Amino acid sequence: MPKPDLREQPSSQGQAAPAEAASSAGRPAKPGRPAKPARHPDSLKGTILKVVLLGLVDAFAVYVLMMLFLSQSWAALAVSSLVVLAINWIYLRKGGLPAKYLAPGVLFLLVFQVLVVVFSGYIAFTNYGDGHNSTKDDAISAIQLTAQKRVPDSPAYKASVLTKDNEFYLLFTDPAGRAQLGSSEDPLAEAPDAGKDSTGKANSLPGYQTLKFQEIVANQQEILKITVPVSDDPADGTLRTADGSTAYQFKPALKYDAATDTFVDTETGTEYRDNGKGAFADPNGEALATGWKIDVGMDNFVRAFTDPSLRGPLVGVILWTFTFSIASVALTFVMGLFLAMTFNREDLRGKKAYRILMILPYAFPAFLSGLVWSGILNPEFGWLNQTLLGGANIGWLTDPVLAKISVLVVNVWLGFPYMFLVCTGALQSLPSEIDEAARMDGASAWRVFRSIKLPLLLVSVAPLLISSFAFNFNNFNVIYMLTGGGPRFADTDRDIGSTDILITLVYKVAFGQGTGRDYGLASALAIIIFIIVATISAISFKQTKALEDVN
Amino acid sequence: MSVGTFASSKETTFDGGPSPLAQKRRPFGVWFKDKGWRHVVGIITTIFAVFPLLYVLSAALDSNGTLVGSNGLFSRFDTGNFVALFSDPTRPFGRWFVNTLVVGTVTSAATVFLGAMAAYAFSRMRFKGRRMGLLTLLLLQMFPQLLAVVAIFLLLSGISQVIPALGLGSQLGLIMVYLGGALGVNTYLMYGFFNTVPQSLDEAAKIDGASHVQIFFGIILRLVTPILAVVGLLAFIGISSEFVIASVVLTDPDSQTLAVGLYSYVAQQRSENWGVFAAGAVIAAIPVMALFLFLQKYIVSGLTAGSVKG
Repeated sequence: MPKPDLREQPSSQGQAAPAEAASSAGRPAKPGRPAKPARHPDSLKGTILKVVLLGLVDAFAVYVLMMLFLSQSWAALAVSSLVVLAINWIYLRKGGLPAKYLAPGVLFLLVFQVLVVVFSGYIAFTNYGDGHNSTKDDAISAIQLTAQKRVPDSPAYKASVLTKDNEFYLLFTDPAGRAQLGSSEDPLAEAPDAGKDSTGKANSLPGYQTLKFQEIVANQQEILKITVPVSDDPADGTLRTADGSTAYQFKPALKYDAATDTFVDTETGTEYRDNGKGAFADPNGEALATGWKIDVGMDNFVRAFTDPSLRGPLVGVILWTFTFSIASVALTFVMGLFLAMTFNREDLRGKKAYRILMILPYAFPAFLSGLVWSGILNPEFGWLNQTLLGGANIGWLTDPVLAKISVLVVNVWLGFPYMFLVCTGALQSLPSEIDEAARMDGASAWRVFRSIKLPLLLVSVAPLLISSFAFNFNNFNVIYMLTGGGPRFADTDRDIGSTDILITLVYKVAFGQGTGRDYGLASALAIIIFIIVATISAISFKQTKALEDVN
Repeated sequence: MSVGTFASSKETTFDGGPSPLAQKRRPFGVWFKDKGWRHVVGIITTIFAVFPLLYVLSAALDSNGTLVGSNGLFSRFDTGNFVALFSDPTRPFGRWFVNTLVVGTVTSAATVFLGAMAAYAFSRMRFKGRRMGLLTLLLLQMFPQLLAVVAIFLLLSGISQVIPALGLGSQLGLIMVYLGGALGVNTYLMYGFFNTVPQSLDEAAKIDGASHVQIFFGIILRLVTPILAVVGLLAFIGISSEFVIASVVLTDPDSQTLAVGLYSYVAQQRSENWGVFAAGAVIAAIPVMALFLFLQKYIVSGLTAGSVKG
């Protein structure tokens, strides 16, 4: 490898690898300078450090690869192995210095920013969500477990509730007096060591604690959920208790026939077939709640714009998202610019105090601002209605129009200090000669501002306005914390409201309470946001030539 | 900033502005037209800016506790809310505070480090794809991670099947996710600053036998400390306010951050818990605001260089 010529431009630096730092010891001394002995106190230390760090990374990588192997995730294993190899190649080879500095950040960037967006793109074309979150095989056994009915005239088992390591177990005594133990995870097993009370009911087992009546009441919810499989085959049914003292045998109400790939209702004889949409459905189209994940193509996008409970609200949400982000940028900019011009006077007394007090909202954590304002504006108990307006009942957060105005006011509160700071900086960097020259020519102050200062100012702040727009387009916190998207639209049963913007809608569709989670639809909406933001920033950046200074 | 000061003071001289003595003799009308209205604007804006903060402070100090009770501003002073805040085992505020500090500090330190390494490479080395890389980073700023929150959730739930310590519910997992945004937001800002450090310094050090690692840690990083502080602080502020991803990843109350925890305080019963929430808000906000005001000057210069809060 050629030694870097020291007078050359930085391009040569790209070829020096850390391990080679020592090699420059052999370089010829520069003429005209006393030859100094080259010192490399860190080169050995550096090499050792590098080996240790890489070793730690590799040790961790081997652990991850082993876990992936054990869980039989072959695709992930293959990709991870390639990544580990690439990391080692980057740091062990000579040269390729830029990669050594870029690799750690780029790795995180690729996984948690680029990969997740690609993954979103994939999810948008599936029906992933509640009831559709696994494979078909999982769905079949889940249906057998959940759709259960008590076996008619089946005997009653006596039951006690035991606990061990925070897990609940049921100890049964069958009509013949045999004791058996099981939990939701562990199928029924004989428990010959069980202690019995005077009625012959097994009520204790060494190593387990028996729950007292009060404890059973306190843990009612969990105890009701315990379903003890009779055997490893889900078709054999389960044992359950409703009161913690007696249990009955339940069997699947739906029987799966692997040959025809259908479920048959054991009572009515109704057949449920694979409906091609990731679920079993009866001839009337009524589907079972548990389904599986399949690719649905454009279905989520089509649904978003055709489903009557979604189409109207979604159009409203998209329009409001644009209104909100444009109005936010415009209002904060106008206010910030006005303030910047007002206080752009060196001889104004108290200027510093005003400035510090006015940027306080910007320093206040954004998520708290929404919550605090929601208290002030609360229609029933809030300060604005109760104290300032003397007990008025104005729906600042519950009326569709007022709620939108409130959201904008709060967002202006949050955002004007930023624009104030930015505009102050931009104004002060304008050369003062402009002002003088224009005044000499007889231009009014307004004319100077409109025709000279504003255009110059816009050149420098335009990129910031664009990023401010992109930020507000996804300004989740202020909306979610202030109104939660509400008030809800009347024409839909979904949780969508007048102040919802696209990103809050994504969050509510994917993780909202009440309605089931629909990851597919949420990802489709996220992809729509992605496309909108990409289009807008592409156009606007082209126009502002902001990219020119990237040489 | 200094340029501006110079410019505007020159302007005053040019206008032949009245001397302080003359100013005192000016009639009120002239004073108002020149400066007085600026004070009116300043006072109104200050009230608008500061009122919500005073309101939450007053609510925090009034142990009456409900939303209605907080309406009489500063009618009572006691610390009942703060005591209640730290004594609720189902809502461990102390833990949230520590969690936020830990997640915020680790993430912002790592963000600064990763960003600085990348900026060093972009600023000091020439390689294939450099321009493309810078452009890509600039564009990536437009797409915040929260857009992919669903995919992040599913990816982490996949990871928890294999390595539970890095998956859902783990702060380490959350930190990893945040680090995904480390380069996109900050590298460009740092790159600009790194370019202001003269190349001749590197070259001189090289002649003295310094390796690229020594140049990076010994020279560059020391000269750009202000921007490192700004980037670290902005990252910390952003992360301590981050709600979407944290709320999805951290489900156990003991591991949650302030944003997620304090939201749960008022999500269900906004009016009953108001006083305690306000106390929590005050404690949560004070460190961030103090840091912000302390480093105000640097932040402002960082802002005008093109970064956006959040």
